[in-house]
Amino acid sequence: MAKPEDFDIPAGTLFTETHEYVLWDEGEDRARVGISHYAAEQLGDVVFVEMPGIGESFEQGDSFGTIESVKAASDLYIPVAGEVLAVNTQLTSEPELVNDNCYGDGWMLEILLKDAEQLKGLMSAERYLAFLEESANV
Amino acid sequence: MAERTLFEQSVAGRQGVTVPDRSTNQDATSWVPQGLLRQEPPRLPEVSQLDAMRHFVRLSQLNHAIDTGFYPLGSCTMKYNPKICDVVGQLAGFTQLHPETPDEFAQGTLEIVFRLQQYLKDLTGFDAVTLQPAAGAHGELVGMMMIKAYHASRHDLKRTEVLIPDSAHGTNPASAVMCGFNVIELPSGPDGLVDLAVLKEALSERTAAIMLTNPNTLGLFEKDILEITQLVHEAGGLCYYDGANLNAIMGITQIATMGFDVMHINTHKTFATPHGGGGPGSGPVLVNTKLEPFLPLPVVEHHDGRYELNFDRPQSIGKVKLFYGNTEILLRAFAYIECFGLDGLKDVSETAVMNANYLKECLRQWYHVPFESTCMHEFIITSQHQHARHGDINTMTLAKRLMDYGFHPPTVYFPLIVPEDMMIEPTETESKQTLDAFVEAMRRIDEETQTNPDTIVQAPHTTPVKRVDEVHAARNPDLNFYKNFRPTNVGPDQLQGCFTASQFCP
Amino acid sequence: MTSFIPHTADERQQMLDRIGVSSVDALFDAVPASLKHPFTLNTLPKNGRSELELQHYLTAMASQNPGAGMLSFMGGGAYARFIPPAVNAIASRSEFYTAYTPYQPEISQGTLQMIYEFQTMMSELTGMDVTNASVYDGATAMSEAAFMAVRATRRKVLYVSKTTNPQYQQVLRTYCHAFGDMALGWFDPDQPLGPQFTHEPNTIAAILVQQPDYYGTIRPLSAYQEAAKATGALLVVAVDPMTLALLDSPRKAGADIVCGDIQQFGNSVNFGGPYGGFLSTTEKLMRQLPGRVVGRTVDKEGTTAYTLTLQTREQHIRREKATSNICTNQSLNVLKATAYLSLLGPQGLHRIASVSAERAHELAKGLLAVPEVSLRSGDAYLYEFAVRLPIPAKTMVHQMAHQYGILAGIDLGKYWPEEDHTLLIAVTELNTPESLERYLSAFRDVIHNRGLSVLPSGMSRDVKMVATGTRGGQ
Repeated sequence: MAKPEDFDIPAGTLFTETHEYVLWDEGEDRARVGISHYAAEQLGDVVFVEMPGIGESFEQGDSFGTIESVKAASDLYIPVAGEVLAVNTQLTSEPELVNDNCYGDGWMLEILLKDAEQLKGLMSAERYLAFLEESANV
Repeated sequence: MAERTLFEQSVAGRQGVTVPDRSTNQDATSWVPQGLLRQEPPRLPEVSQLDAMRHFVRLSQLNHAIDTGFYPLGSCTMKYNPKICDVVGQLAGFTQLHPETPDEFAQGTLEIVFRLQQYLKDLTGFDAVTLQPAAGAHGELVGMMMIKAYHASRHDLKRTEVLIPDSAHGTNPASAVMCGFNVIELPSGPDGLVDLAVLKEALSERTAAIMLTNPNTLGLFEKDILEITQLVHEAGGLCYYDGANLNAIMGITQIATMGFDVMHINTHKTFATPHGGGGPGSGPVLVNTKLEPFLPLPVVEHHDGRYELNFDRPQSIGKVKLFYGNTEILLRAFAYIECFGLDGLKDVSETAVMNANYLKECLRQWYHVPFESTCMHEFIITSQHQHARHGDINTMTLAKRLMDYGFHPPTVYFPLIVPEDMMIEPTETESKQTLDAFVEAMRRIDEETQTNPDTIVQAPHTTPVKRVDEVHAARNPDLNFYKNFRPTNVGPDQLQGCFTASQFCP
Repeated sequence: MTSFIPHTADERQQMLDRIGVSSVDALFDAVPASLKHPFTLNTLPKNGRSELELQHYLTAMASQNPGAGMLSFMGGGAYARFIPPAVNAIASRSEFYTAYTPYQPEISQGTLQMIYEFQTMMSELTGMDVTNASVYDGATAMSEAAFMAVRATRRKVLYVSKTTNPQYQQVLRTYCHAFGDMALGWFDPDQPLGPQFTHEPNTIAAILVQQPDYYGTIRPLSAYQEAAKATGALLVVAVDPMTLALLDSPRKAGADIVCGDIQQFGNSVNFGGPYGGFLSTTEKLMRQLPGRVVGRTVDKEGTTAYTLTLQTREQHIRREKATSNICTNQSLNVLKATAYLSLLGPQGLHRIASVSAERAHELAKGLLAVPEVSLRSGDAYLYEFAVRLPIPAKTMVHQMAHQYGILAGIDLGKYWPEEDHTLLIAVTELNTPESLERYLSAFRDVIHNRGLSVLPSGMSRDVKMVATGTRGGQ
């Protein structure tokens, strides 16, 4: 079994307890959303990602799509409220990008932030690592 | 070895069967308005009868089936299908009976169906029954529809929640949701049973029902069942019994006695109607007097020496299936029960439970058994010990390796609450010799985890195809030959064998 | 020990010893004593019958179904047709019929490839991209299609043609009522659609029609296509797949989902089941399909192989979020259909449909020449049509059966009280030209006598005598 420290958890990235991440540069009104390396590994070979349409709006915690491996399916939850500016259409034909490079080519959404304050409630990379360690010890 | 599709074997102009021709020169243009005529013929195979026979017979030989080998498949009750029960599928008096035939010309079938209803009531202790549902999951849906109708008839509309243990079959929550209910999942206790404290906490005036399997999917009998059903009733809910595991307790106790209000039976499990490679099934639903008014239309009744279909039931939930149910399957189930009688059915359950406990006792020498207590007709083991020896060995690889020994794998990764589990149900029709052979295979596989783990990781080796790439299948869905035209890859050696054997033989 | 439980007394003892219990009863200690009580048996026999006795009994009961041997013109969603013996030879391979659901692809390639071929054949007939591995029957298929449209459009109103199969309608009502939060509207397909749609156009999930409809009538589908386009609803077309040998594919008319029943392809009428429903759809809606689907892939050595795929739609993975609770496909019925379609091929299927239609039109011509008998269905029909009678259809069915041993058709008063003078008649290749003569002559007699019995009371002919084996099907 892989240990929490084996997973890629880039510094500066924000995480949710449901294993989505947000890539955001201080002062920007937009951010990128995807799932963490840990989540991608847990799912195994990703075979399908269902994504919302551009222009759709979500409140924090809303399900914005689903991600599927051969034998599992999970809902995807939006880490912070926002409007969808772009979706990674490449995932339609190459869902394996989520496994290969979840923080890069395997990104999912670009959103326009509704309330940047919500970002403060997310976990930092350090806290996410601690969260994974706690979960592993249960 | 791959078999080419019939589309690839097709030769324009061939036909596998002759059929009568028209006697006039009228054709489709005489009957079909111009714009609605078919423009190009469907690309169905054009093959000789021999081509078709060989194709399907060769395909059949690629299958594992009860008649070829053992299926220790938990919760599936893959027992022998007695051939005497096939008789009903061969008698024209049954097969050629049109469902719209007036009752008076269909008394034979109606009588058997009526008697089957009576038998099932005697066996389970319920008051009324519908034979309409086409499968177990369909029965669940019908049962939940009746529960919804019951609460509605009492104007008790706040009951929107259905309680389901986390060990339940996936059909349970799916069926409840199709009736508009919200599912509340009950975490099982450490002993694998319903935790009464958890149950009490979950019950409220919103509880419509609980759905339970007993014995549960871990093969354990819910010993507190009377208390469970009483608690649910006191909260105003009803109790649904998922009959998937009925093979464990026929003739031992009646389901209604446990306090259940409604149940379904899977005839393809308990009463050995052929599984057919995935169906057809049949899912009779039994109810007590509370739910009887809501049974689907029609029900078979017996009045003044005549059997008839009664459609006049004002509180019925309505029709749930075309016509009356999977009649041929019901007739087979009837024939099965006739083979045994109550004493025979009790023997069925006792032997099924004995076979399961015997297997469990044998396998625990090498495999982790998470629940030690006496099991009913099935039990759980895991691959924990074997995985500890080799990281790439898990339940899936062990299952695949079993195929090389000629056995169908057990149900794997279910129930979901035990990681890396295998659920084993031997059924009563397997002899001690078959069980011993299975135990020996499991022993050897355990040995291989130490001596030759790679054989397991790469398994299966002797099956018609090797490990199938399911990821590729899901990423690139190819569900229609003509949309994804590419020739079947049969591999050079197999192609050669095919030519020498069937085409160039001197 | 019985023939189906192989254990000898010695073996039982060995096994109990191994388990470490003294008797089988000890294995049931977890069952509370209060639950273990003697059964009160009303009808369930205590002991089983021998195979010979059972065979005698079943044969005797089969002979109590005179309807099975009568000359039949009944359809309405179930049609008796010639079943080539090769179909039954294939279906009786127990490697197929005693196999489990093909969840383990390495040892289930036979069933999987057969289903893949079935999916392809049905997609060819319907013109759609993909077809599922089947659901219970045509009625539940239409309900599943409706639910699928609701999921795909996230709308909740369904408009259904009043001339669809009444049993399909009843099942749809039951399903929708149970689910709640859905609205059903009904429309007359012979009236302009727009004014009949009373819900907001942008709330309509699907328009559901049947082609040919329950009366046998064929209509252009263009009006529905336009209505679907205008409202953004999906067009669901329930079909009789046999008619697709002659009719253009519903895809050409803009169908988004096509559903129906495969019973006529190699399956007996069997007093209502088992049959097999199917759903075909576009690639776009593929992931909304309920039920099992087989895909073609490769094994690790690159050899073509088949497997169940897109399984995350299904209940065993998605549980309460599944596209349906269904956990069955009618594999054995699908096998018969696949064998049937393979044996007949495009030409055989065309010929069966044509012969049936030719004879139906022949019979209709004769019937319509009888005074006061008129066509209830539209002018365009294939092998099923409805006529209006000067006497109640119920009387016609009764007299034809009792006096002439003919099952004349379906009395539509059963489904719609206002149609109590309408008789639905189906003709297949089993109905020979001679049998049409027999029907016509009996029909004329019954009309001539205004439905009154021509035999003195108490002298009704023994129907079993009339029930000669005139039908060639299985």
